[in-house]
Amino acid sequence: MIKYIVKRILLAIVTIWVVATLTFFLMNMVPGGPFMAEKAISPAAQAALAAKYGLDKPLHEQYLTYMKDALHGDLGDSLKQRGRTVSGIISTKFPVSAKVGGLAVVVSLLIGVPLGCVAAYKRGKVLDSVISVVSTCGIAVPSFVICTVLMYVFGVRLRILPTLGLTGWKNYIMPVAALSFYPTAYIMRLMRSSMLDALGQDYMRTAKAKGLSQSVSIFKHALRNAILPVVTYLGPMITYTLTGSFIVEKIFTIPGLGGEFIGAITSRDYTLIMGTTIFLAAFMVVMNVVVDIVYKIIDPRIQLK
Amino acid sequence: MKKKVLALLLSVAMVMSLAACGGQSNTGSGNEQNSNAGNNSAATPSASGNAEKILSVQVGPDPETIDPALNSAVDGANMILHSYECLLAVAEDGTLQPAQAESWETSADGLTWTFHLRDGLKWSDGSDLTANDFVYSWKRVCDPIVAAPYAETVLSMVEGYEAAIEGNLDALQVKATDDKTLVVTLNAPCSFFGSLAAFPTLSPVQQATVEKNGDAWAIAADTYICNGPFYISEWVPGSYILMSKNPYYWNADAIKLDGIKFNLIEDANAAYSAYQTGEVLMIKDVPTEEIPSLQSNSEFYVDPIIGTYYINLNITRDIFKDAKVRKALSLAIDREYVAGTLMQGTYSAAPNFMGPGWIDTDGTEFMDNANGGKPYIDVTDHEGNLAKAKELLAEAGYPDGAGFPAITYTTNDAGYHKVVAEYLQQAWGELGIDLSVNIVEWASFTPLRRAQDYDVARNGWVGDYSDPSNMLDLLYSSNGNNDGKFSNPDYDAAMDISRTTLDKAERSKALHQAEDILMEEAGCIPVAYYNDFYMMSNKITGAWHSAYGFWYFMYADITE
Repeated sequence: MIKYIVKRILLAIVTIWVVATLTFFLMNMVPGGPFMAEKAISPAAQAALAAKYGLDKPLHEQYLTYMKDALHGDLGDSLKQRGRTVSGIISTKFPVSAKVGGLAVVVSLLIGVPLGCVAAYKRGKVLDSVISVVSTCGIAVPSFVICTVLMYVFGVRLRILPTLGLTGWKNYIMPVAALSFYPTAYIMRLMRSSMLDALGQDYMRTAKAKGLSQSVSIFKHALRNAILPVVTYLGPMITYTLTGSFIVEKIFTIPGLGGEFIGAITSRDYTLIMGTTIFLAAFMVVMNVVVDIVYKIIDPRIQLK
Repeated sequence: MKKKVLALLLSVAMVMSLAACGGQSNTGSGNEQNSNAGNNSAATPSASGNAEKILSVQVGPDPETIDPALNSAVDGANMILHSYECLLAVAEDGTLQPAQAESWETSADGLTWTFHLRDGLKWSDGSDLTANDFVYSWKRVCDPIVAAPYAETVLSMVEGYEAAIEGNLDALQVKATDDKTLVVTLNAPCSFFGSLAAFPTLSPVQQATVEKNGDAWAIAADTYICNGPFYISEWVPGSYILMSKNPYYWNADAIKLDGIKFNLIEDANAAYSAYQTGEVLMIKDVPTEEIPSLQSNSEFYVDPIIGTYYINLNITRDIFKDAKVRKALSLAIDREYVAGTLMQGTYSAAPNFMGPGWIDTDGTEFMDNANGGKPYIDVTDHEGNLAKAKELLAEAGYPDGAGFPAITYTTNDAGYHKVVAEYLQQAWGELGIDLSVNIVEWASFTPLRRAQDYDVARNGWVGDYSDPSNMLDLLYSSNGNNDGKFSNPDYDAAMDISRTTLDKAERSKALHQAEDILMEEAGCIPVAYYNDFYMMSNKITGAWHSAYGFWYFMYADITE
């Protein structure tokens, strides 16, 4: 197990390095630059800015400098948000996104898993059909539609929920609902099909024959086997949900990290593009390792090599 | 049973809300209380007599920067305007007013400007503000390390600017002869220098805090020391900026609000929702799809700003070297249809390059005096214009577009840009010209346009101050923003006169002559004038919106 984790961490470092390198050269190939504005900046100021951030040096030199600094934990200054460091932006904005996203993950698990189980157990019944319809809608409807509908109904019409900011617990309800809609639906579907599979297994018949109660056989035996696909899905899902959604954060005016991913690219804020990409890649890699370990805990038959 | 559940739920809700209240009053430090007052709803503070009066508004998303020297955006300028005060200020009627300076005078040759500061000026931290603070701040704007985007616009006419921008800051001829007197020497007379002395870029910043914190001084409430009617008491990036009344401001008695909360809402629909619920009392970003239903709403405003939406023809391309071709393309556009229908009346049709709001040298509207008081293009007669366009194109050797090469229109995709592009395909199609459309992402668009890597491109300019040179300079042959590379010696000569003459009438004549040449030569194609369209509650009194797109809430009040 230890050996496995060490191996995975080494592999993770290589992965992140490859991602960082690709991003670095790709972003420099895209036309435009951080200091291009509608109103021209004087050539002297352009040159001064380029010199200040080392953008006047050859690309390979910039790359080496960046990698060296990054290895020392220095992700540099944002080129567009003057005065802010990239790590400062990530460390103030990520917790905000993670709080909303974390709640959304919990909500989608709490709703998705039981409903998926119920749908499988009540297969073909009315309840199953209802759950199927809801989960299909959840997957098909884009999040900006959900956000807008929630905002209109609860914010503007009924006026029971605040429409902007994150100042009280009430502010969390709509963004968390919007964020968890898709994963809840997806988990319900995953759970339903894998549960159906598990329910048809021989050990379930054995359990029934032994006289185990239905709830024990489902939640103790079937669930443990059936949850594995959900666990697999959790890796990327947690990563994407915790690092923030561009749309949800924009609509509910949440000062999270989601907008920075897109904003950095459209404004050609090179250091912020690199910082957010490396952060996302690292998060993803770590989540995958965690998922593998959880796998092992749930199903001891799995060998981590 | 059901009733019992309901009662239980209700009591749980009550306990929770009570607990929430208790938390607020127990833990509330000054800042937290402020933010609570601002959050509940903009209207609540005025409901109870002694509560704080906080005006909650939306003028844009998170500003890129609110360092006066670094800012180049209107939303950033709006923040700076409320937290800083320049030597002079622009009043509601557009005239210059004393601000940090209580008086000022210009020497007979127009080269020396002397500003006399008020007694007892203070920073928001209570320390004294002197003329030396302006000297430091203005030199800082020239500092190449600071790389202020507006340095050239606001200081290039000051003696020693050329050397200062290369790094020799002390060459800049801005001197404090004593704590209350600032003397500025110009390298050429600049009749509108007063407007620049009121421009947000030239706000004073505190040397001590800037030097101690570097660029980061302007990103946190506690280091953002300012001298204006308000100071930043709380700032949650991406969420809101809360400004509180600055007790050290010289005119604090005239300030009625206790604070202004700038909600940093990015999405227009979200802003509109917040407006409808009363969480904010004024929003700048109104969803365009709501506009038709808002036309009769007394809280919906469409105000002109000094700016023109225009089209650049790349004059380095052979096909656009003939002024007849350029004019034909210009005349084929039905401007009233574009502004009124396609742009839903949020823009106004542009018969001239210089629209309403630009001020002539005698203080009258520049537009009223242009072309002998007549519009250059009669936008009401599209049929006539189109016939003239066809004629011109035939004269240029392309009857019915025969032999005219296929051209491409390049634009970014925002606002009405795409609709206009599609309209141009149709409008120029009537001349027999085949136009294809190339949509480019914003960050790639500006450099492409600046490098003349296009045939025809969208462009636009919103003025910084109301002197017409601010926009006419764009077409000066060596100007960095002359994206179409229009180059006309007579035009340049007229602009040169406007820069050096001391005679107001002569200057006015030169500026009008420049516009005459521009329109005759169709150096670019003006299409529409910008407007700001916004919603503002009738509860707000004493606020105004300027022709530069700035909002002035400092003297506002909230009434019931």
